Amino acid sequence: MSYDRAITVFSPDGHLFQVEYAQEAVKKGSTAVGVRGKNVVVLGVEKKTVAKLQDDRTVRKICALDDNVFMAFAGLTADARIVVNRARVECQSHRLTVEDPVTVEYITRFISSIKQRYTQSNGRRPFGISSLIVGFDFDGTPHLYQTDPSGTYHAWKANAIGRSAKTVREFLEKNYKEEHMESDTDVIKLAVRALLEVVQSGGKNIELAIMKRDESMKILVQEEIEEYVTAIEKEKEDAEKQKKKT
Amino acid sequence: MALASVLQSESVDFSNYGRQRRGFASGLYETELGLESVGGDSLSFALRTSCSNGDGPDRKIEFLHGTTTLAFKFQHGVIVAVDSRATAGSYIASQTVKKVIEINPYLLGTMAGGAADCSFWERLLARQCRVYELRNKERISVAAASKLLANMVYQYKGMGLSMGTMVCGWDKTGPGLYYVDSEGNRVCGDLFAVGSGSMYAYGIVDSGLKQKDLTVEEACDLGRRAIYQATYRDAYSGGQVNLYHVHSEGWTRVSQSDVLMLHQQYQSEKA
Repeated sequence: MSYDRAITVFSPDGHLFQVEYAQEAVKKGSTAVGVRGKNVVVLGVEKKTVAKLQDDRTVRKICALDDNVFMAFAGLTADARIVVNRARVECQSHRLTVEDPVTVEYITRFISSIKQRYTQSNGRRPFGISSLIVGFDFDGTPHLYQTDPSGTYHAWKANAIGRSAKTVREFLEKNYKEEHMESDTDVIKLAVRALLEVVQSGGKNIELAIMKRDESMKILVQEEIEEYVTAIEKEKEDAEKQKKKT
Repeated sequence: MALASVLQSESVDFSNYGRQRRGFASGLYETELGLESVGGDSLSFALRTSCSNGDGPDRKIEFLHGTTTLAFKFQHGVIVAVDSRATAGSYIASQTVKKVIEINPYLLGTMAGGAADCSFWERLLARQCRVYELRNKERISVAAASKLLANMVYQYKGMGLSMGTMVCGWDKTGPGLYYVDSEGNRVCGDLFAVGSGSMYAYGIVDSGLKQKDLTVEEACDLGRRAIYQATYRDAYSGGQVNLYHVHSEGWTRVSQSDVLMLHQQYQSEKA
């Protein structure tokens, strides 16, 4: 085995197979969904059922990068840890040299550059994670970005990654309404509804984090999530009753 | 390092420190080259000029320590006023030196200390600022620009750089004014005067800034007056007063007035 040869090389028909395999790894990870509202940004992840003896608090898939930015990922947790760590350091370096907090776009660009570098390096494999990065810029504009193992990034209004990402994205496309984005509760409800589509056994397996402008990230406790779930289920029942009437 | 490779001159030695530490070894080195050591343990090639004080490392010809530059913030931005005299000892090398460096259309840097140091590092700063602008699609803030400059020169601390500059500009937080020097100082402030004539300039500006809200005209006059007074009393300042105004749209070159003309103008006003 010669370790000084790049592992990611082009195939004859122009594919980078290692990157595509990394994307497959991402598709095996648990779902994460992000929604960008006008005054609040929300990230929700599917929490795998915790073993009885396992400490719940150590299984966090939503990480704060700085006071104004946080992210969730889908894919290899170990890879994510490295990326998150580098991003956190970069957020502080940026504060030191520029005396301003990072913009969401800047830190997304930084994370994507790291990921891209690993697709073009000797003996390294790409990171097996896609991430959803949300936050507010210094001037108060909310952002949601998605990165993938190839190192590309795009801005989204709402998106999902991981297992069943396609189903969730279709749900979001159908149910995202610009007017609803003004109300914080509607934004959160959209994220919860999207996750409920694919998560088994409801609210217990959802982890939700929100950030309002000029506030730091807040991870919702189980009870708060349950409130949203019950409200959503009630709305569904009401909608069905309406349908039956007409 | 960038600086060393650019300069590549054998007749330049930035400091005595290295030599003194090496002791005997450097003594042998010197005799091989056929050079006499100057004054005991001083083994540098540095040019001895009449303006070196004999204390500390021998300095190269320093043009612009004798200078007056000043900048102050006011309601409508920042006023930057400088003189234009360069001296080498008691010889006036030039009366028409440009001591304000235009980093980019909304950032200015003043020059005090070594002319080469100031202009080189500020041009490098201009390059960094432009790259930042392209990468982040927005102008760099004055705080960040001054931080970049301070970090760049800090790496050469103790190696004989001589630079005392004021970075002035307007960014999204309003007018910005920072003093950065080769010692590694970086200070934010509302008023700075740098150079041998700074004390005289401070006197004028401190008394003139009493009124809180100056118009642009009044502020320009104040800056011009302050530099004029400094040139009047300080032998190492003179020539012309170059005045710039930094506002929200960028900087404008307000005026260039010969000090002798200003003298006649102020004298006639007194009468």
